[in-house]
Amino acid sequence: MGWGYPKVTGVLPIGIENATKLITYVTKSGKEYVCLMRVHCNTSMDTLKSILKELEGEIYQRPPVRSSVKRRLRTRKVNSIDILDYSEKLYLLKISSSPGTYMRKLCHDAGIILGCGAHMIELRRTRSGAFSEKNIVTMQELAEAIYMWRNCRDESELRNILIPMEYALCGMPKVIVDDFAVNSVAYGASINVPGIVAYQEFKKGDTVAIITLKGEAVAIGESVINSATLNNMEKGEVIRPKRVIISKDIYPKAWKK
Amino acid sequence: MKFYDFIYKIDNFCYYQNPWIIKKEESTSENFGIYPDKRDLNTLITNSIINIDKPPGPTSHEVAYWIKRMLKVNKVGHGGTLEPFGVGLSQSNRCSTNWYRKCY
Repeated sequence: MGWGYPKVTGVLPIGIENATKLITYVTKSGKEYVCLMRVHCNTSMDTLKSILKELEGEIYQRPPVRSSVKRRLRTRKVNSIDILDYSEKLYLLKISSSPGTYMRKLCHDAGIILGCGAHMIELRRTRSGAFSEKNIVTMQELAEAIYMWRNCRDESELRNILIPMEYALCGMPKVIVDDFAVNSVAYGASINVPGIVAYQEFKKGDTVAIITLKGEAVAIGESVINSATLNNMEKGEVIRPKRVIISKDIYPKAWKK
Repeated sequence: MKFYDFIYKIDNFCYYQNPWIIKKEESTSENFGIYPDKRDLNTLITNSIINIDKPPGPTSHEVAYWIKRMLKVNKVGHGGTLEPFGVGLSQSNRCSTNWYRKCY
């Protein structure tokens, strides 16, 4: 590839049709990267370590010239930066951050603090929300699986590759609703106490996923109460749906006209 | 009360630990809905996520578009851009779409 062309690879979850509704939540979740940085002068490991320590936590970051968002100064959270390995001016970093943190900028900023500059050579994303390198597939593997399915009627390969969209709900608290509450939610109604079968602990204002007893994703919403109070409640609103995933009328209507 | 296996698999997927608290005993009817792991292939395709290892060169949008064409579906979306940031190269000679060509 050309000069000044950092190689960027790694986890890229792609949602198909209905799953695009859930992809927004994957985008908004935490990321992990392994990044190769070149420092433009000879420096000691300890100096760099202390500089990277400064970059942990809440940082100000202006997106780079070529970026997909507006270039406005914004704050981003860097959870941790670890030096995995180094050799002369090259440093291999493992970074965990909130979404929308530009790694290229982070390396550049580290160089500015250092005084002589630094840049990113290669970047690999190792995690995006619930998706890690554990079940990653290459474009070639996908192409082969599609070929096997279309031409050899063997769908086993493709089945191994496709991840049911419900797995994207991992990492957020979930609520199971009974069969009769599902269609009301599909039409946009809130989840009330009587429809709830089971729940995982959540706080007021959390993003909560709603699933059926079969495990299908119904909707994603925002809780209006704390789950601790749920045990003593007999009625009342619990979750307000923000994004409905299930289609209407798959489950029976339980309300009167 | 034990739930359908798939529900536990969701949390095992990313080692999320948050125990289930049962509010009431209830079972599901086989007449409605479908178990996510028993979908037929066409339904599965339109309800699933592919965890692609993005190759260097093309942009995230291009990769998503190729997959859309490979699977012949109407809509795809990707989780977070992972861009090669064409530094110092203009949009026109950025070699991502023609990534098999040699770039200077």
